[in-house]
Amino acid sequence: MEIALRVNGQERTGDIEPRRLLIHFIRGDLGLTGSHVGCDTTSCGACTVLLDGSPVKSCTLFAVQANGSEIKTVEGLMQDGELDPIQAAFKEEHGLQCGFCTPGMMLTAAELLDRNPSPSEDDIRWALSGNICRCTGYVNIVKAVQAAAPAKSEPVATGSEA
Amino acid sequence: MTTVEETDVHGIGQSVKRKEDDRFIRGKGTYVEDLVLPNMLHMAILRSPIAHAKIVSVNVDEAQAIPGVVAVVTGELLAQHNLAWMPTMSGDTQAVFATDKVRFQGQEVAAVVAEDPYIAHDALGLIDVEYEPLPAVTSPQQALQPDAPLIRDDKEGQTDNRCFQWETGDKDATEKAFQQADKIVELSTFYPRCHPSPLETCGIVADVNPISGKATLHMTSQAPHAIRTVFALVAGLPEHKIQIITHDIGGGFGNKVPVYPGYVAATAASLLIGRPVKWIEDRTENLISTGFARDYHMRGELALTNDGKMLGIRVELLSDNGAFFADAQPTKCKVGLFHIVTGSYDVPAAYLSTQGAYTNKAPGGVAYRCSFRVTEASYLVERLVQNAAYELGMDPAELRRKNFIKPEQFPYKSATGFVYDSGEYERAMDLAMNELGYAELRKEQEAARAEGRLIGIGMASFTEVVGAGPSKDYDILGLKMFDSAELRVHPTGKAILKIGVQTQGQGHETTFAQIVATELGIPTEDVLVQYGDTDNTPYSLGTYASRSTPTAGAATAMVARKLVEKGKKIAAHLLEVSEEDLEFKVDKFSVKGAPDKAVTIQDVAFAAYTNMPEGLEHGLEDNHYYDPPNMTFPFGTYMVVVEVDADTGQWKVLRMLAVDDCGKVINPMIVQGQIHGGLAEGYGIAAMELITFDDDGNCIGSNFMDYLLPTSWETPRFETHMTETPSPHHPIGAKGVGESATVGSPAAYVNAVIDALAHTGVRNIDMPVTSAKVWEAMQGAARSS
Ligand code: FES
Ligand code: FES
Repeated sequence: MEIALRVNGQERTGDIEPRRLLIHFIRGDLGLTGSHVGCDTTSCGACTVLLDGSPVKSCTLFAVQANGSEIKTVEGLMQDGELDPIQAAFKEEHGLQCGFCTPGMMLTAAELLDRNPSPSEDDIRWALSGNICRCTGYVNIVKAVQAAAPAKSEPVATGSEA
Repeated sequence: MTTVEETDVHGIGQSVKRKEDDRFIRGKGTYVEDLVLPNMLHMAILRSPIAHAKIVSVNVDEAQAIPGVVAVVTGELLAQHNLAWMPTMSGDTQAVFATDKVRFQGQEVAAVVAEDPYIAHDALGLIDVEYEPLPAVTSPQQALQPDAPLIRDDKEGQTDNRCFQWETGDKDATEKAFQQADKIVELSTFYPRCHPSPLETCGIVADVNPISGKATLHMTSQAPHAIRTVFALVAGLPEHKIQIITHDIGGGFGNKVPVYPGYVAATAASLLIGRPVKWIEDRTENLISTGFARDYHMRGELALTNDGKMLGIRVELLSDNGAFFADAQPTKCKVGLFHIVTGSYDVPAAYLSTQGAYTNKAPGGVAYRCSFRVTEASYLVERLVQNAAYELGMDPAELRRKNFIKPEQFPYKSATGFVYDSGEYERAMDLAMNELGYAELRKEQEAARAEGRLIGIGMASFTEVVGAGPSKDYDILGLKMFDSAELRVHPTGKAILKIGVQTQGQGHETTFAQIVATELGIPTEDVLVQYGDTDNTPYSLGTYASRSTPTAGAATAMVARKLVEKGKKIAAHLLEVSEEDLEFKVDKFSVKGAPDKAVTIQDVAFAAYTNMPEGLEHGLEDNHYYDPPNMTFPFGTYMVVVEVDADTGQWKVLRMLAVDDCGKVINPMIVQGQIHGGLAEGYGIAAMELITFDDDGNCIGSNFMDYLLPTSWETPRFETHMTETPSPHHPIGAKGVGESATVGSPAAYVNAVIDALAHTGVRNIDMPVTSAKVWEAMQGAARSS
C-alpha cells in the first residue's frame, strides 16, 4: 500500500505491507532510529512519537493508519539548529542514563508542556506514566520537565547535593 | 603563566554534565538494533512452548519453502558444527538449540534466517516440532524429591536434580554461639525470581567476513572482552579474528553479562551463509529465556543475648537454578558473595549451608543490579535484624547501633572471611535518622495507630562487597578478575583513554575522563574515553557487580600516574632542573619553592613528540593492569515510611530517604542518578516484579503486562544524601555505587510494611509485597490474636 505523510516537517512516502507497524516504518524505511522498541505489549513507551501532536505508541499502530498524518520524532525536536528546551533540560538535570527511553520521554514531556506550561509534579508523573525508564528512577526526569516548563513550577525536593 | 585551579579541569568531585548525552538527546545514539549492514539478514528464534519434553522430530521443510527464507538453523545443524552446547559461566553446559529435550518454556529450538524480519517470523510458525511432554519440575523442593523427573539426563553421572551443594563459615563455632544465646530469631523467606529487564532487549548483528574469516560481532554485552574469549573457546574461532563492538547499550543490570544462544546461533548463521545476520530479541523472549535473578528460598537465624548483642548467624539456602546452572559468578563461588550475610554487624560466628536444584525454568542467576547475590544476603540480614528488635523489645535502629562494626575495627575480618576496607555505619544511620526525623516519626506512628491508621517505618543499614578481584581469589571461567586502562596523550595535550569496561548508562565517557583530569591535569573535555570495541581497548572482565570504578577506575588513575612520572623527566629537561626538584600540581610541573618556573602537562606532551631528552622513549602513553588488593565495601542506611490501608492492604510510600557512602565520589550528579535508579528498581522488586510459573512450567511474567515495572506514577519520591568514607586501598578512594540502592532498598521497603503491622504479630510477607498478600497477612494476624 502506498502512504504519504509528513515526518518532522518533510513529505515522506512509502509503499508498504498493510501489516507493517509504524515503528518499523519510521525506523526501517525512514531510517529514523531515535525511536526505540522496548516491549511487545504497548507498555513501555520507548516507541513514542507525536501523531498530529499527540503522543502515540508507534509499535501499536500500523503505518497505514498514519497515512496523511503529521508525525514528529525525536529527530524533529531541534528547531533551526537549536535544542528544544526539553532536550537541554534532560542533559542539564541528568534526566537520562542509557538513553533508550529518552526520545519517547522527551516527546511525551514536550506534548505535556504544550498543553500545560506549569505542570505540578503529579501532573508530570501522571503524564509520563506510560513511558518506562529502568535507569533513572524518574527523579531527574521530573526535574528536567520542570526545568523546561515555560512557566516553572516548584522544583522537587530530593535531599542534599553530595 | 595562568594558574589553573583544581576545579578548572573538571575532575573528581564535580557534577560535570555527561558527554554522552549530546547524542542521546538528539536521538542519535547507536544501539545494536539501529545497525543496518549491506546484505544483512534477519534471524528469529523458535522457542519451546512446553517446559519439559522430548523432541521427537523437527520438520523445517515448509518454513524453508517460503520466499525470502535463506536458512533454517536447527539443533542438529549446530551439532554438526559442534555448536549445539556451550559452557555457562558457572562451569555447566547449556544447550544452544535443543537436540534431545527441551528443559524450560522458551528454550531455543530452531531459528529462521530471512531477508526480512516479518518473513522470518512468518516462517517460524511453519516449523513443525513434535514434542513428547514430560512432567515439569517447577520448584527446587519438588526437584529434590527422590522420585522427581530427571532434568539433566544429558550430564554423565547426574542421577538427580541436585545442582550443587556448598557451605562456608564455621559450623561448630556457630553452633556454640547458638547454644549460648538468650534469644534465637528465625526468618524463612523467599526472594522470588525477578528479571533485570533493561529497556533495550538483547541482540546482535553478527558479521563474519567470508574472505578473511573475521567475525565482527556487534552485540549487547556488558563484558565484551571476556565474551570474545568465550566465543573463541566455544566456536573454535581464532581470537584475533573476533571483534566485539557494543555501541550504545540500553541498560544492562546484569542481563547482558552472559552469552545467550541467540548470539551463538546468529554468529553460526553468518559464518555458514556468508552474510551479516541480525537477531534482536523481543520482550517476551527476553523475559522468558535470558538471565533472571534471585529465586532463593532462605532460612536465617540470628543468635542474640537479651541485651541485643549478636552472637551468631546461621543460614540455610535453597536456590532454584533453572535448567542449566548459568549463574554469573566467580569460579570459587556457588552462591555468589552471599556470605557477606553478616552485613554491617560485628557477628563473631557465621555458618551458611546451601544447595541448588535444577528445575524446568529458564537458566540465569545473574545479579540484577547486584554484586553476585549480595542483594539476597543483605535482604535476609536486614529483615532478621528488624524482627530481632521486635523480639527483644528494642528499637531496630538501636539494635543496629549496638552491633555495627565500629570505625576503629577496620580493616575488619568478618566471620566468613571478608576483610572490610572502611566504614562509618553509625554516621550514615544517624544522618538518615536526623534527616527523616526518626524520633518524631515514631511518635506520629504511635498516635496514628491510636486512630486506627497503620504507619510503618522500615530501615536497612546495608554493606555491599563489590569490585572483584583480587585475581588470586576471583576469576570467571579461569579469567582473572583484574582490569585495565590505556592512556595516550597527543602532541597538543589532548588525550585518549581506552578502557575495556563497558557503560550501559553509567556515564563512563564522562567519569573516567574526570579521573584523568584530576590525575594528569588534562581537562575532562580534552579526554576522549574509548570503550566497547575489543580490537581497540585493553582486556577487561567487564562491567557488572559495581566493578568498573573499583577496578578500571583504579587502573585509570594508575596509568595517569605513570604518565606524570614520565612527564616529570620531560619537564626536568625542559626546565633544566633535576627531577627531584619538581613537583606536580593540578596541571603543572614546577620547581619546588619557585612556582613560576613551571611547564604545563600540555607543554610536556608537546615535548614528548618534538623535544625529547636523550635516552627517553618518544611519546606520552602507557597502560596499566590493575589487580585490586581487596574488594571495596560501600554501605548506607535507607529509611522508608509507609502507610498501609487497614481495609485493603494497599500500601503507599510516604518517604524514602537514602544515605549512601560509596567512598570518594567522582561525579555527584551521576552517583545520585545511580542511586535513584537502584531505589526505583528496589521498589519494583519489593512491590511488584515477579516471574512465576504454573505447575506445568508456563512462565507467568512473560511480558510487561504481567511482569510489572514501576512507572513514574508508582515510584516513590526519593531523598538522597551522602557521606564519604574513602576506601583506603583504592588509588582514589572510590568504592563503586551502581548497585547499592538495589541491594539495600528492598529490605527497607518490606521492613516498613512489616513495621506497620508488627504490633499484630506479622513478621514476614514475601516479595513482591502486593496488597493481596498484605491483606492476607492482616487476616492471619487477626485470626491468631
Ligand atoms: S515498544 Fe511501544 S510501548 Fe513498548
Ligand atoms: S535512561 Fe535507560 S531506560 Fe531511561
